[in-house]
Amino acid sequence: MTITAVPQRAWVEQIMGLPVSIHLRGDRLTGDDAEQRIAAVFAELRHVDAVLSPYRDSSDLSAWERGALRLGDADPMLARVVALCDEARQRTEGWFDPRGLPDPRTGEPRYDPSGLVKGWAVERAARHLATLDGYGWCLNAGGDVLVHAPADQPAWRVGIEHPDGPARIMRVVELRAGAVATSGSAHRGAHIIDPRTRRPAVATRAVTVTGPTLLWADVFATAAVARGPASLPWAEELDGYEALLVTRSGLLRCTAGWPAP
Amino acid sequence: MRRISLWLFSTVAAVVLLFSYRTSTNNSPGQAGAAQTTVTEQSTAGTGSGTGTSAAGKTYNGSVASTRWGDVQVSITVTDGKITDVEVPVYPTENHKDQEINAYALPVLRQETLAAQSANIDAVSGATVTSDGYRESLQSALDAAHLA
Repeated sequence: MTITAVPQRAWVEQIMGLPVSIHLRGDRLTGDDAEQRIAAVFAELRHVDAVLSPYRDSSDLSAWERGALRLGDADPMLARVVALCDEARQRTEGWFDPRGLPDPRTGEPRYDPSGLVKGWAVERAARHLATLDGYGWCLNAGGDVLVHAPADQPAWRVGIEHPDGPARIMRVVELRAGAVATSGSAHRGAHIIDPRTRRPAVATRAVTVTGPTLLWADVFATAAVARGPASLPWAEELDGYEALLVTRSGLLRCTAGWPAP
Repeated sequence: MRRISLWLFSTVAAVVLLFSYRTSTNNSPGQAGAAQTTVTEQSTAGTGSGTGTSAAGKTYNGSVASTRWGDVQVSITVTDGKITDVEVPVYPTENHKDQEINAYALPVLRQETLAAQSANIDAVSGATVTSDGYRESLQSALDAAHLA
């Protein structure tokens, strides 16, 4: 059997409307140490959702947008995310832009940093796992994956779903540490807005980015979908990140350093 | 054995998915995501019996799973820890559309199952998986195999 010798256990919760799963590999997968840290990860993600959700009227994000809360009085996470979104806009040459996105409930233009918040929050919450000595872990938040494998464990193998069907794996990335993020039109219809036209981007069906941080892998993937196949030369210049792109007609294209399948 | 349960389970999930595509394209979109039976099928697939040991491999039959489109049963043959064959002995045949799906989709599914398992993956990265889509996803099968 091709079973890894290391015991593995998974936890799954629905947070921010997404399935979030954590797989832990190590010798002791029950008991307070492991379970408390897993609980801390989920608790932190729920807290981020309460503060930064565009779906909740009670979130600091929504209150700030209504003018009912000043940035300086809000939870400091809001100012941090706004600053990161500004940085993301610059690093993507304007192709990641949280301004004027359609409100998920009303369709009215609003400031929606969700495309950055998920990766940022998952990466931040993963610090509870980072200090678990000798354990490997794989955190998957709605298809965006962050992993760590200690030296004595096998690397994590992350399959990249084909945009045509969730049961089809088109490539596999083997990772000991880092992130794999995919953005695109699969599952939810076209939902990434081209900031230049304010209309859904349709030239690309999916972009996967792999690199050291989930925050930036996710931002770069979203920006590349908005920009279309013309984003590949830009993606080539991203230090430490590689991109795989599926065009509208189904062609697969990737940056020169994309790990061989 | 756990991995065999997972293989059986994910194959059942994929078969159910095939038939749910048919429903979601022909009927109202509200009917999509109806494959919630797949999660409970994980345990029924796990009770599948191993039969037919031979030098060529061992065949495992999953239990018959009732889905809203009809009964589904899958069987896999495992040789040296790898799936070497996938059969779907029981599948919906109620109407013409079912037969059409069976004619082209089941052979494709067989290929894909073999491809996915030879990839031996731990996680799946895809464009935002919503809670509805999750039930039908390969990731949910990977999670189910390791839930305590």
